[in-house]
Amino acid sequence: MKNDVYPYQIVLFEGNGAADLASDRRRQVTRSLLDKGYSVTRVAEDGVRGVSRPSEKIPMLVLGDFEGKAPEVTSTETHIDIQTEDITGLSVETILELVEKKRESEGQVLNSPGQQGAWKPWFPVIDYDRCTNCMQCLSFCLFDVYGVDDEKQIQVQNNDNCKTNCPACSRVCPEVAIMFPKYSSGPINGAEVADSDVAREKMKVDITSLLGGDIYASLRTRSEKAKSRFSKERSPDKALNERKRCLTKLQQSGIIPAEVLAELDLESLPSPDEIQRKAAEFAKMQEEMENS
Amino acid sequence: MSDTKSRILYCRCAFAQVVPKSTKDEVLDRLCESGQSFDTVSDLCEMAARKDPRLHDLLEGEEPVQIVACYHRAVKWLFHNTGADFPEDKVEVLNMREESADEICEKILK
Repeated sequence: MKNDVYPYQIVLFEGNGAADLASDRRRQVTRSLLDKGYSVTRVAEDGVRGVSRPSEKIPMLVLGDFEGKAPEVTSTETHIDIQTEDITGLSVETILELVEKKRESEGQVLNSPGQQGAWKPWFPVIDYDRCTNCMQCLSFCLFDVYGVDDEKQIQVQNNDNCKTNCPACSRVCPEVAIMFPKYSSGPINGAEVADSDVAREKMKVDITSLLGGDIYASLRTRSEKAKSRFSKERSPDKALNERKRCLTKLQQSGIIPAEVLAELDLESLPSPDEIQRKAAEFAKMQEEMENS
Repeated sequence: MSDTKSRILYCRCAFAQVVPKSTKDEVLDRLCESGQSFDTVSDLCEMAARKDPRLHDLLEGEEPVQIVACYHRAVKWLFHNTGADFPEDKVEVLNMREESADEICEKILK
């Protein structure tokens, strides 16, 4: 997921040429903008030394009590679009409206927390200090979240395919190398990993072996056993039933939360052909890695 | 960490309720009451998912950076997975899921 037009970087400017905001107003403006989804930089009297440098691709909106006249600002660095607005006497609500109107008029997309249709940033984060590139996650995930780079290193490639609140791949990772920072408890949330966590996760992998090694292997075995029949009886209903059976097993194992499974659109899951293709690619890749 | 004054980066974790609200509100309030300049982001995870170019800029420069967010391991690899450097020697991560607002503010508002 990537933006084409990034939303404003908001700067609350209280440096030279602008009056200080009252502490309470500064707090409310900052909090409101953050909760709306904006990044906010406060430039105080000590100036820009305390903040990061502007990003070339990000337009900047500088808000300040400029006492009636917002200064024109030109960047000495090219490509940085800097706009200024005088917010003297404006209420917090009016400031938020002003920012939103300007953003919308510029066609900037903002993923806003709590807004209908907002995307909750729920996706796996790989700890490469722990990851052994075993590909269990790639093999397990039904939604093509994982892939490999040119050097066959596992990576998260399609983070917005991930099912919100589903930490299943993290639970089957034998090295506890997959984190979901917004998960409630450790070590999945990124807390330090204890030896007992590693032992527990390895046990969970054994549980998944009850499914036939992993979900793809399970489906592949079933498909191969019934290959001739399947090719003759290719039917969407049978495919759906196959998926339902696998998902029921997953539900019973407790690896994928029931509420996540309940929300799954079975039609949107990969087809048996796609699953077979992916399984074959995965097997080939593992063979290549073993031979190299 | 050196004695040079650190830059501060605060994450609001606006898309989830996993950071205690009282902690993140109090830290932000006290930052706002201070005379310091600082950077804040609505949600580091969301920026990492979008591969926001600001993640590359937030840790650039010579001065040390204190990141007020969640677990060190999560923050480190969020930056790494977007291709941004995470220089361990100059970055300190303060964890609002585990530490109190008082403990964090004592470290950032010197």
